[in-house]
Amino acid sequence: MSGTPIPPPAIRLNNLTVAYRGHPAVHHLSGEFTPSSLTAIVGPNGAGKTSLLAAIMGRIRPAEGGVSFDGASRDRIAWLPQQAEIDRSFPIRVFDLVALGHWGRLGCVKGIAARQRDAVGAALEAVGLGGFQRRGIAELSAGQFQRVLFARVLLQDASVILLDEPFNAIDARTTADLLAVVARWHTEARTVIVVLHDLEQVRLHFDRTLLMARRCVAWGPTAEVLHAGNLFRARQMAEAWDEDAPVCREVVA
Amino acid sequence: MNAAALLVQPFVEYGFMRRALVATLALGLGSAPIGTLLVLRRMSLMGDAMGHALLPGAALGFLFAGFSLAAMSAGGFLAALAVALAAGFVTRVTSQREDASFAAFYLIALALGVLLVSTHGSSVDLMHMLFGTILAVDDAALMLMAGVASATLVVLAAIYRPLLVECLDPGFLRNVGGPGSLVHGVFLVLTVANLVAGFQALGTLMAVGLMMLPATAARFWATEVWSLALVAAGMALLSGFAGLLLSFHAQWPSGPAIVLVAGAAYLLSLVFGPNGGLLTRLLRPRSHRNA
Repeated sequence: MSGTPIPPPAIRLNNLTVAYRGHPAVHHLSGEFTPSSLTAIVGPNGAGKTSLLAAIMGRIRPAEGGVSFDGASRDRIAWLPQQAEIDRSFPIRVFDLVALGHWGRLGCVKGIAARQRDAVGAALEAVGLGGFQRRGIAELSAGQFQRVLFARVLLQDASVILLDEPFNAIDARTTADLLAVVARWHTEARTVIVVLHDLEQVRLHFDRTLLMARRCVAWGPTAEVLHAGNLFRARQMAEAWDEDAPVCREVVA
Repeated sequence: MNAAALLVQPFVEYGFMRRALVATLALGLGSAPIGTLLVLRRMSLMGDAMGHALLPGAALGFLFAGFSLAAMSAGGFLAALAVALAAGFVTRVTSQREDASFAAFYLIALALGVLLVSTHGSSVDLMHMLFGTILAVDDAALMLMAGVASATLVVLAAIYRPLLVECLDPGFLRNVGGPGSLVHGVFLVLTVANLVAGFQALGTLMAVGLMMLPATAARFWATEVWSLALVAAGMALLSGFAGLLLSFHAQWPSGPAIVLVAGAAYLLSLVFGPNGGLLTRLLRPRSHRNA
């Protein structure tokens, strides 16, 4: 939570293709998330948005192409996946979950120092959960839990932040508070990439947008990307699925 | 009969009772924290599966070296580990879930073990393997149990943080470059080692009882991982102590007596436990705070 992170690298997608059982979820996608940019990724269900984040994180091996980071490593990326991946019934207190954000400094065995404890408290204050430190995570509402996860990302102090549908099933007040945290990360010159469904939210809060439907439909300033023609094209492209489709022989320069 | 005669005299008068008590103390200390983590990882039934899976290895050890502690322990350890690795491998390379592949492999292992002992040994040998002989543990077996318990506590302390994060949020651990696969592997080895240690005293069928019942009951009393492990270990120790006394005074077989006491502790916890027990739910006050 220093507020002055190491300058983020450019994230380049080079003809990236991610496939499941031979069918592409992300298909020949090329482009660049410029350092310190704030980008929304939008597209219909099944458009490959989560697969793209997983490929950036190195969690899926690309079928073709790849992702490069200007030589930087992936430890500078914080990823907040969809909530379903976390066991909400686990007996752990809010403080301990947020303190995991110090992992890069503490690792497996190092004890937490007093200033790091204070940083946990400050991160919880920043997401509007002061006084929640001793609560068990099972007692939190969906919105409160998402605030806790944002507090953990705050502590990670990463130069690149990936958020996967972070405002699903969250009330308007919580969404507004967390959007303010996202805006703060952007002003701190971090690269922030957020998968979203609410196009109005994207228009209001995000400078740049990648509209995808497995392939890139449009990528650039939000106002230019989110127009009716592109959105219609994206819907049509995402619904194309053929079990007997021929093998792709597309060559991308 | 006064309380001292009831509770202490059997251990003062009989060496085999003292040995059995030390054995259950060692088993409780080592296996209860392992059981706690198995419950948290939603692997409660996998402990059972691995307990059964060690039978063919122990049987092979028995065939080659008779009732040799080293041969049966090594055989059991390798067999259970092989089942765990095979189940994990099948899960990684096919679409089958780990619990299903575990069930398939442990049933094959169990049948193979029973076949080996039945065709090459007697029914007494089979009973010995399935239910153990805690009243007949020798020095070497005691050392094995104490060694496994000590190593378990030391290793758990060393991998405590990544192990918990791997249970809670494995994706996070992978993202921050934590040793997820390594701690998972070490945990599996510890689980198998504790089951092998327990097998000497309680047999393949009962060993998992002292591991899982206290751990399951602890959820009704404690709310954090360290306190869950502490409560589970305390219950395992008490179950061992009370089970041995019950076995002595009622002349019941000791393994089932110990596991039944642990089972009674579970049922009592289910009713009286303050953390989600039945009575707490029924008697929950209707009043509430302002904020």
